[in-house]
Amino acid sequence: MTKTFTGPDARRPALPASPSRRRRRPAAPRGRFLTAFAFVLPALVLFVLLVLAPILIAAYLSLYRWNGVGPPTNFIGLDNYLRAFRHQIFLGDLRNLLIIVALSLLVQLPISLGLALLLNRKIRGRAFYRVMFFAPYVISEAITAVLFSLILSPESGMANQLLSAFGMEGWPWLSDPDTVMISLFLVITWKYFGFHMIIYMAGLQGIPKELTEAASIDGANPWNVFRHVTLPLLAPTIRISVFLSVIGAIQLFDLVWILTGGGPSHASETLAVTMYDYGFRRTQIGYASAISVLMFLLALVFALGYQRTVMRRDVQGALTTMGGGR
Amino acid sequence: MIRRLRTVPTHVLIWIAGIFVVLPLAYAVLGGFKDTGQLSVNPFGLPAPWVPENYTDILAAGSFYRQLWNSVVIAVLTTLLTVALSALAAFAFARFAFRGRELLFTLFTVGLLFPFAVAILPLFILLRNYGLLDNPLGVILPQAAYGLPLTIVILRGFFREIPREVEEAAIIDGCSPFGFFWRVLLPMARPALATVSVLAIVASWNNFFLPLVVFNDPGLWTLPLGVQQFQGEYSSDTAKILAYVVISLIPALAFYAVAERQLISGLTAGATKG
Repeated sequence: MTKTFTGPDARRPALPASPSRRRRRPAAPRGRFLTAFAFVLPALVLFVLLVLAPILIAAYLSLYRWNGVGPPTNFIGLDNYLRAFRHQIFLGDLRNLLIIVALSLLVQLPISLGLALLLNRKIRGRAFYRVMFFAPYVISEAITAVLFSLILSPESGMANQLLSAFGMEGWPWLSDPDTVMISLFLVITWKYFGFHMIIYMAGLQGIPKELTEAASIDGANPWNVFRHVTLPLLAPTIRISVFLSVIGAIQLFDLVWILTGGGPSHASETLAVTMYDYGFRRTQIGYASAISVLMFLLALVFALGYQRTVMRRDVQGALTTMGGGR
Repeated sequence: MIRRLRTVPTHVLIWIAGIFVVLPLAYAVLGGFKDTGQLSVNPFGLPAPWVPENYTDILAAGSFYRQLWNSVVIAVLTTLLTVALSALAAFAFARFAFRGRELLFTLFTVGLLFPFAVAILPLFILLRNYGLLDNPLGVILPQAAYGLPLTIVILRGFFREIPREVEEAAIIDGCSPFGFFWRVLLPMARPALATVSVLAIVASWNNFFLPLVVFNDPGLWTLPLGVQQFQGEYSSDTAKILAYVVISLIPALAFYAVAERQLISGLTAGATKG
């Protein structure tokens, strides 16, 4: 490594390539390629083995009927995929995904944005509120789920005791197939609205005060300032928040698994829960692999489509926040 | 005075959200000091009398400490591995021109689109073949691999911003590429390294799905897994489970108190670039 560097390169002080593509240099000497590659190699090996390979393995296994014992031999082509699209539980997963995405966009997003706007003003205790609202994000989904399974439990849970304290009847939070998704969404909101709020606050900080001030001086009322100045300038941030909500919803597992196990009667099941159920409990590895691949394709198609049509320039930004939330 | 009054609705709205956030946590903290009978008769008031046994029993038994230790070890090793490998790769991506660079970098960024849950089943089969089930490495290595894309993207952005003159000076002084990376670039990148480390720690700390499928042995459980299993074990003793929830939240919230700035700057770094 050292040798190639002190060799031909040392004579050209301007060597380290400019990262920008505009200033393309003549093709780099082979030694530099090897040096650079040596830096990338360890990460690449780990990434290929544990991120890329599993997807290929899932794609391969999805073509078999296999119970996980011995090598897979029972090749069945695309039957597992066809089965999924006739499978009521899988179709229910897709319906639940749509419900979560719709509620996230219609309820959680406006709440997060509204609070970000409120906290963006100079009010007392602003830093404190910010820290408080964001705190649930650092609590693991599993522990959140355990806590809320106690809070939402039918008799002794805090939620129903609160209702009865106000003279209302108990609510079947997690036990009614018709309303379980709303309860689930409530918990998702508890955990993640602060995350989206933080993103919006960061976006709002990027809007120059002069613009909103100029609009007010020109006679725009606060609503119009928001509608015609703040909101358009916040659009990239909103798109990223939506993107993260959807990608998060596609892989939702921990919360559902612990809160409801997907029930009652699969009413709150998600793709990942179905995959886990078939892969690890019923050991129908082939079918579970097909569901994995479908989840992957869903995420990929959504990401590419969204990037093409909606996000365009700001995808890089979204990518760096993928550590993300939902 | 009128200015004061105008912020009243704002504060009301914020307080409603605040109660929504705090109430479950306050219920858990106080509930942990009650016994199950108190919890159903007096769910919201202060405990009367205070029953510290739920907490002290958990702190006296060994399993909480073991799970805490497991979580710490796995988070630290995951973070070291992620950040070390990512920094090397990001260095090459940021400061070398070589054929295939953009292609390789794109390959890593595509990894950002892989939901972790997608790979869990094939990962399980892979780990089984490598004999890494019931082995901390079975969680550490995949977590590190999944952490690479985000960490590389953030670090590459940071490394690119360090002026060319710094590198030229280092080279004239006889630095090798690795010497420049190690002795100049990394020390300069300390804030960025702190940010990505905090993100990696939080991701590892909160991971539930992977430990769930990899660890059968209770001696290896991490805190999220331990809390979930504890609930299964003491399903009737709500107060005790609340106490366990609270105790296991303390390390995470303490870490948040210390690293809040890095965490938030890491999460919002990209979002505002738009």
